Amino acid sequence: MVTAPPEHEHAPTHHVTPLWIYFAVFFALMFFTVVTVWISTINLGVMNTPVALAIAVVKATLVILFFMHVIHSTRLTWVVILASFLWVATLFVLTFADYLTRAWAIY
Amino acid sequence: MSSVPNEEHPHHPFLQHHFEDLGQQHEASTLGMWMFLSTEILFFGGMFLAYAIYRVMYEPAWIEGAHHQNLMMGTINTIVLIGSSLTMALAVWASQLGRRLLTVALLVATLVLGSVFLGIKAFEYHAHYEEGLFPGVHFTYQSPLAAKVQLFMVFYFGLTGLHALHMIIGAGLLLYFIWRAWRGDFGPEYYSPVEIMGLYWHFVDIVWIFLFPLLYLIGRHH
Repeated sequence: MVTAPPEHEHAPTHHVTPLWIYFAVFFALMFFTVVTVWISTINLGVMNTPVALAIAVVKATLVILFFMHVIHSTRLTWVVILASFLWVATLFVLTFADYLTRAWAIY
Repeated sequence: MSSVPNEEHPHHPFLQHHFEDLGQQHEASTLGMWMFLSTEILFFGGMFLAYAIYRVMYEPAWIEGAHHQNLMMGTINTIVLIGSSLTMALAVWASQLGRRLLTVALLVATLVLGSVFLGIKAFEYHAHYEEGLFPGVHFTYQSPLAAKVQLFMVFYFGLTGLHALHMIIGAGLLLYFIWRAWRGDFGPEYYSPVEIMGLYWHFVDIVWIFLFPLLYLIGRHH
């Protein structure tokens, strides 16, 4: 007869992120949005764009790690994500190695 | 032990036969979605690269073009979109806990915020058209750098247009998952579709996180 409840199922990695983390990340993203708008009004010379991009990278990292749960994802998922950014970096580095070394390209 | 596969045990209705269990299915779904997103990262990466090359060549025109962007609208839209990412993340959380109505409400909130974003974007597009900054079709902008400002606007409409297209597709997907959440498909055992929907939505948010400084915040200190 059927008695025992089925317990053979492998427990999936159902990690439930605590609510406060979602709200903390949200407020951090709001904070960085205000900072990036404010800092764009200050003359940092050639550093304005790198600073704006650095803030964007921090915001994107927060979204990827916590909203997209990558911090609890498998190693294989990490490899796929890091590989895609590696290829984007390769695309930029090799293309700029060409364009930035052409005299006519500088405005 | 009872770890022997039991033919009689009814499996979860959403477990595909080629997976061992829902955990494995969930991992495969996540990995598959990230595979797709990596193609999206490279797709947008190519556009960002073209933007970067021309920005290096025509920096003054890029700054002039950016000054015609509505910073207030752009900032509000950034806040709206990050807000929609929060409601999306919370929808995944609610579905994990099996709270059906809360999941539906949060998905609807995500759809509403996404629609607000698109509405503000449409308002901005209209303003650019009125100003004669619509490349090719209606470009009457006068300036020594007009030709290069027009190129900036090509990138502006190309990048934000592709982003908006992703938002529209995301809104369609949300409608489908709102219906499924309403039907009661999701719960602690099976919430992968909501999670995957979230991955897509957050990716689109990340694209905007980069577009905002690159299109609105250039040369603001001049």
